[in-house]
Formats: sequence, C-alpha cells, structure tokens
Amino acid sequence: MITSPPESNEEDESMDTSVSASSPVLRPVSEVQHRRKSGREPDAEHPAAPEKMRVEDLNFYYGKTRALKHITLSIPPNQVTAFIGPSGCGKSTLLRTLNRMNDVIPGTRVEGRVELDGEDIYAPRTDVVSLRRRAGMVFQKSNPFPRSIFDNVAYGLRINNLTHSKSELAQRVESSLRAAAIWDEVKDRLKESAYGLSGGQQQRLCIARALAVEPEVVLMDEPCSALDPIATQKIEELIVELKAKYTIVIVTHNMQQAARVSDLTAFFWLGEMIEFNSTEKMFTKPDKQMTEDYITGRFG
Amino acid sequence: MIRWDHGEWLMHKRLIEENLNQIRDKLLVMGGAAEKAIMLSMRALEERDSNLAERVIREDDAIDGMEIELDQMCVDVLVLKQPAASDLRFVVSVARTAPMVERIADHTVNIAKHVLALNNEPQFEAGLDLARMFSTVQEMLIDGLDAFTSGDPEKARVTIERDDEVDSLYDAFYSELITTMRRDASLVERGVQWLFVIKHLERIADYVTNICEQIVYMARGQVIKHSVW
Repeated sequence: MITSPPESNEEDESMDTSVSASSPVLRPVSEVQHRRKSGREPDAEHPAAPEKMRVEDLNFYYGKTRALKHITLSIPPNQVTAFIGPSGCGKSTLLRTLNRMNDVIPGTRVEGRVELDGEDIYAPRTDVVSLRRRAGMVFQKSNPFPRSIFDNVAYGLRINNLTHSKSELAQRVESSLRAAAIWDEVKDRLKESAYGLSGGQQQRLCIARALAVEPEVVLMDEPCSALDPIATQKIEELIVELKAKYTIVIVTHNMQQAARVSDLTAFFWLGEMIEFNSTEKMFTKPDKQMTEDYITGRFG
Repeated sequence: MIRWDHGEWLMHKRLIEENLNQIRDKLLVMGGAAEKAIMLSMRALEERDSNLAERVIREDDAIDGMEIELDQMCVDVLVLKQPAASDLRFVVSVARTAPMVERIADHTVNIAKHVLALNNEPQFEAGLDLARMFSTVQEMLIDGLDAFTSGDPEKARVTIERDDEVDSLYDAFYSELITTMRRDASLVERGVQWLFVIKHLERIADYVTNICEQIVYMARGQVIKHSVW
C-alpha cells in the first residue's frame, strides 16, 4: 500500500463529502460557478457527471500554427480516458496542456481554460511544480535517470521533501514499485542502475516514479509504443488496475489499445475533437462518420 | 468547421475489405440456396413430385456446410483483422444470420418430408391458396437478403411488416384445415401433414423477420428485437 502524506489525494477526495481543514471550501464553490457559467445545469436526464479535469474552449498555438481548436471535454475521475487520432492531430499537445508541460516549449500560447478539481491550472497563482505533482506524466520513451532503481523512484519524494525518515522513504519507494507491478522484479537489485532494466521494466519504473509523489492524475503519452507485446500487456493491465486510485489519460496510436484499456475515448483530427464517447460506443457505433472512417481504417 | 471530403480519403483498399466481400458473397450464395429450396419444396407439393422433394432434402447438406464455413470466416476475420464499428456490426450480423438461413433450409427439408408422406396418399384438395403463402415467404427472403446486401434498414422494415401477412394466411388456413378434418375424418392424416407445412412456412417468415432485425442493427447499431418498431 502507498502511504499517504498529509496532502495526499485520498484526503483531497474526502473533502467532497466532509469539510476538511486543509483546503478550501472554495473548490465546491468554484465548481458550482463553473457549471452555471457553462449552462450545464444537471437534470434527471443528464445528471452532473463528476469531473476530475475539465478543458474548456481550449486553443493552442505553436507560433502561428493553431494545434488545438476549441477543445472542450471533461475527464471523469477514476476512469481511463484515451485520446486517439492520426499523427499531428493534437492529441499529445492536448495531453501536455493538462499539466502545462507545453510551457517549456518556446513560442507556444494557450487560450481557454483547463481545470483540475474546478480550479484553472493556467491561473497566474498556479504553482506549476505542485500541479505537475498532482498530474504526473509518463512518456513514450522510458526515461529513467542515470541513477539506481531506488533513487529513480525516490527522486520526486526527496526534491519535494515528502518523506520524513529513511524508513518512510524506503516504504514509499517500495509501495510505488509495487503499485507499478515491478517490485518483484527489482526488489533484489534496488541499488543497481536503472539502465540495466529491460525497456518494459524501465517504463514501469517510470510509472513507479510518477506514482511515488502520489499524483491524482496520471498522463501517459504513448506509454507502450516502444515495447514488445508482452511488456505492453503488462502496462495495459497496470493501467486498468491503477484507475481504482488515479484518473488516467492516455494518448495512443494503437486503437486496439484504446479499446482494451479505456473507458472513454476522444478522437481528434487536425486539432479538433471530432467525437468523445464511451469507448464501447466509439468502437461499435460511433456517432460521427469521421470516427467511423478512422476506426475502421478508411483513412489515415 | 472541418471540410470533410469523403472521396479524398476513401480511395485506398483496406485489407479487411477482401474478407468482408468473401463473407458477403458466401452469405448470398447460402441465402440463394435457401430461397431455391423454398421454391422447389413448393413445386414438389404442387406437382406431387417426390423427386423434387428428395432433391430439397439432399441439397440441404450444402447449406449446412456453408453455415459452418461462414462461421469460420467470421471467427477468422474477428481475430485476424479485428474489425470495429460498421465492420464489426457486419461480421457479427452475418455470424447471427447464417444459422437463421440454415434453420430456414431445415424447414424446407421438413416441408419436403411432408410432401413425400402426402405423395403416398391420394390427392387432397384442401382448397387453400398455399402458393400465395409460399411465394410471400419466398419474396420475404429475397427482399431480406437484398436488404442485407445493401444494408438497407428501410427495406428490412417493409419486409418485417409482411410477416403479418404470412401470420394471417397461417391462421386462415389453420381454421380451414380444422373445419375440413371435422367434416371428413378420413382426411385427418393428410390434413395434419398440411398443417405442418403451413407451420413450417410461418416459421420461415419468422426467421426472415429476425434476419431483418439484424439488418437494422448492422446499419444503425440499433437493436429492435422483441420490440415494436
């Protein structure tokens, strides 16, 4: 089990039902405001779906090129949401806007709103480091640090001062490695270099590293594209397990992967979101002809 | 708004296309064989031709074989080409339809067997317009298969409506036969054979109805089974 630091995810979630000391009663209020603003008053037919993240009328520019056009969607908690679409459709760009990873690319500009628990992550007061701790990212190519397996996972805990003793640190590293389904394979070699692991193991190590800081949202950018089918299967099983505790957003080129692991699928094309529906519906009876054509391989 | 030019994208031929075409063709051949079996069993009855009746029974093996082949083709394409959306609905629909076509052919075999039994008896003038019932059922199957090929849910709907026609004919003929048998007890054995024939025809129309419901699922992803249209 992952132990919970005082500012953990679990405690945050408990606020929805009980008033907690640590953080604002502000959040529910902002949620209410935002619902009013977008005119989506819940009714019997359309009950208010819970949302962990919300993107509203988002435009994203690389210089003069607009990479995302008027994207609006809500990402529900404890579900796997997949973004699919051909190369250059904007799916990875959108994923990166969810934890402001695009900030580091010069010449880019964001318009619109991205909310995490109802709060605008692009607001000037946002602490980006804290945001990226709450919404962690796993990349296409596994990118362990040139350090030991242990140190890779401990890194985020150390720089954020999230643990108070050596034993607590060791416990958090272990629980993260367990959560990433790699503990049994590395428990006897924690001091060895992470570079000695296979590609699939390195990717699970990177997932463990992302989980160590107790994120609420895990963003995955084609996490299996460099892996063989067995390693891919392990990561996919892991993704489905992790949704019990985390909200997961995954970008994938592999449509069958989206079908296997996700609950909701959004299809993008040339920077627009064409359709966002339950994965089951997207793959059996999509509403839009373009989705149909993409999913059945009629264009690409 | 996105400008979406269909023609621009739809030019290339997908790998799955070949499999889907083969499956569609095979289902049509199978359906055609079942339709021919209806026609032959009607002629066998009208013309008291035991040879034709035996031919219907004999040729059913080929239809059974096609059902097995279609089943295998559908399983293969599911695992090898992993169809989605309309492709998936097409494959699933064929996999459900082929056994119904096979059942239709079985009913024609049963009709043929009743024809053989009737031909051992003196001619029975029941005075029923059985040809009308046969041809209605046969037309329903032809239209159903057409609707399947063209994926035309409207045609499927019109075909489903004709099932009522067959049901009323069945009810009328049933009462007629009961009356005849009451009047003349020596006609009971032949009358019962005829009752079976009309029951088999009525069942065939039901299967065509089920096939047409499947067409609506295939075309629109909408399940209309067990419900009012």
